[in-house]
Formats: sequence, C-alpha cells, structure tokens
Amino acid sequence: MAIFSVYVVNKAGGLIYQYDSYTPRAEAEKTFSFPLDIVLKAHDERILVSFGQRDGIRVGHAVLSINGVDLNGRCTADGKDVIEYLKDPVNYPVSIRFGRPRLSSNEKLMLASMFHSLFAIGSQLSPEVGSSGIEMLETDTFKLHCYQTLTGIKFIILADPRQTGIDSLLRKIYEIYSDFALKNPFYSLEMPIRCELFDQNLKLALEVVEKAGTFGPGS
Amino acid sequence: MIISMKHGTPGLNENKNTARTMTVHNLYLFDRNGACLHYSEWNRKKQAGISKDEEYKLMYGMLFSIRSFVNKMSPLDMKDGFLTFQTSKYKLHYYETPSGVKVVMNTDLGVPNCRDTLHQIYSGGEDLCGVHCEEPPVQYERSHSERSVLLQAGQLRQGAPLLLSPGRL
Repeated sequence: MAIFSVYVVNKAGGLIYQYDSYTPRAEAEKTFSFPLDIVLKAHDERILVSFGQRDGIRVGHAVLSINGVDLNGRCTADGKDVIEYLKDPVNYPVSIRFGRPRLSSNEKLMLASMFHSLFAIGSQLSPEVGSSGIEMLETDTFKLHCYQTLTGIKFIILADPRQTGIDSLLRKIYEIYSDFALKNPFYSLEMPIRCELFDQNLKLALEVVEKAGTFGPGS
Repeated sequence: MIISMKHGTPGLNENKNTARTMTVHNLYLFDRNGACLHYSEWNRKKQAGISKDEEYKLMYGMLFSIRSFVNKMSPLDMKDGFLTFQTSKYKLHYYETPSGVKVVMNTDLGVPNCRDTLHQIYSGGEDLCGVHCEEPPVQYERSHSERSVLLQAGQLRQGAPLLLSPGRL
C-alpha cells in the first residue's frame, strides 16, 4: 500500500483525473476535560490546531471528529458550531480526534495547477541546456514522480519514498490513458476523465506495482 | 574529518575506484526574508534568461511554493520537509535551517542526498566562512576578501566529489 495518489494534469494545468489510494494518515484521538488546553482556530471551513502541540497532536492538524461523530465543516453533525461547543463546560469530558486534514477537491485542483507552474519554473532555472521540468520531488514522507508526455499531459504519482518501479508505472498509466480514455468515443481531450474502464485498469496497475514492485517486459 | 581536506592533497585520488565525477553547477544562499545572501557559479551552461535579481526572486519563490505544496500534499507529518527535486538534467538540493536560512545547490544527477554538505556550508568548517547572523540585519560575514570566500567555496566543491563518493563514507 505504498502508492498514495495519482493525478493527471492536462496541457493547461487543469486537473483532469485524481485517484487516492490508501494513505496512512497521522491521527490521534484523546479525551479532554474542561478547559481545553489546545488552542483551536477556524480556517477555511475547518477547525485547526494553532497552539498546544502534544501527544501526537501537531499544529496544523484539523479536528476530525467529536465523540466519534465526524464533523461537518465547522459544525458538529447536529449543526452546533464546534468552537462554541468546546467553550461550554457542560459538554465535557469530550473525546476529540485530530489528524492531518484531507484535501478537498478544490484544494487538489489548486495544488495540481501549482505543480504545473513549478514544473515549468524548474525547467527555466536549469543550469543545464535542454532540461525537462521536475520529474521527481523528494521529501522525507513521500516522493512525487511526474511524467510529461509529448502532448503536454502530466501523470503525477505520490508514493512512499522506498517504492520502486514508479517510472514503468507512469508509462503504464499513459498506456491505460490512451487505451481507455483516448479511444473512448465519448471522451473529449483535456476534459476530466470519467471512464470506468480507465479507473478499473488504473487500480489493477497500482495493485500490480504494490505487490510485485515492477512490470515485467511482457506486460 | 571531511572539511580538513584541501585541494591537491596527495592520496585523495586513491579512492577513485568507487568515486564518480560529480558536478556542482551553482549555489544559492537565502535569508528568511528571501534576500539572496550569496550566489556562486562554477559550471553553469545555461543562464535563466532574466536578470540576476529576478532569478534570485524566482528561485526563492519557487522554493517557497514547493514548501507550501509539499506541506499540503504530505500524508504524514513531516520532519525535514522538502529535500531535493530532479529533472532530466540536474538535481536541486535544499536545506533550511530553523532560523530560515536556505542553502540551495544545483548538481548533476549522480549526486545522492547531500544534506550534510549543505549543513556544512551553512555552519562553516575550518576552511569556510559560515553564515553568521547578527541582529539586525542578517549579515554574511567574510573573514577575508570576497575572492577568498569564493576560493574557499570552490575548494569545498572540488572536495565534494570525494565527500560524496561511496568509498568516503
């Protein structure tokens, strides 16, 4: 389960396909009594931790659920504002689950476009002639691999840093794209990909890589 | 250990059986506000096509965006954050100190992770001037003239292939 997500970005930088495989999320659930020593702030439809990092709860983590019930944006499932709810000592002791916030579709769109620009800047700032854009970006928790085709489509994979076989997987996804998206008569170029066969074959390809590590010459 | 190597020391080349030649193209140093503290170039074949000031701003802006991008995308909490990226022709290594000083080095593709080299450039070994911070503003302190600073940074670069070859570790 070491491939986190797949993104496909069109020529103009718009996200046309996104798939999230299983991702390990850092989460912590704890029971608190009044008063709450963690400072929370509302940010963009989420409640984030701004101060009071401890026990696996980090600054930047979002409140995911209260007493086992997932939040609905800034309100609990019954519609009460979370910050007000947590100011009232009557509601304590309360069990809160914190974790890294999941990306909304809007955020994924923005991040894909951001990467599209960063890819181009990487090529512009190159000290060598004829450089491509960013093909691999490494951090301590994940590696991002990008393959840009001759037609300008980018296939982006986020995977565990130790995962191998991603280069051949990127070529394989390009094959799957041309077989099940481009050859689909109802699919228009540069538009979001909504082809069932593309989804199915992509999942199969990811499973093969996660189990075996790499594709053989015959596939 | 490694910093005391000087250019031309006899016997250094004996480790070449596993050493690869590696190229360092250029090096940038930024402070926490984005001002470029230092830029050195050794082996750059292509300029960016814009003025140096604009290039520093673009480089800093790109790194700032990459950091924010990586922060959002990461599935787990990060400790070191963004480390390197590579294209088909070069690799960019990044190191940021807690005080916000950023060391950026462009090398060819053969160079493995050289985070400790970047840390040495920041902290300064016996042969190098490190980045000394004084309040305010941040100053890049030169113990000798500008020319000798570049000479010392060049010595590190020439020592770098041996720093980074597997035999040395």
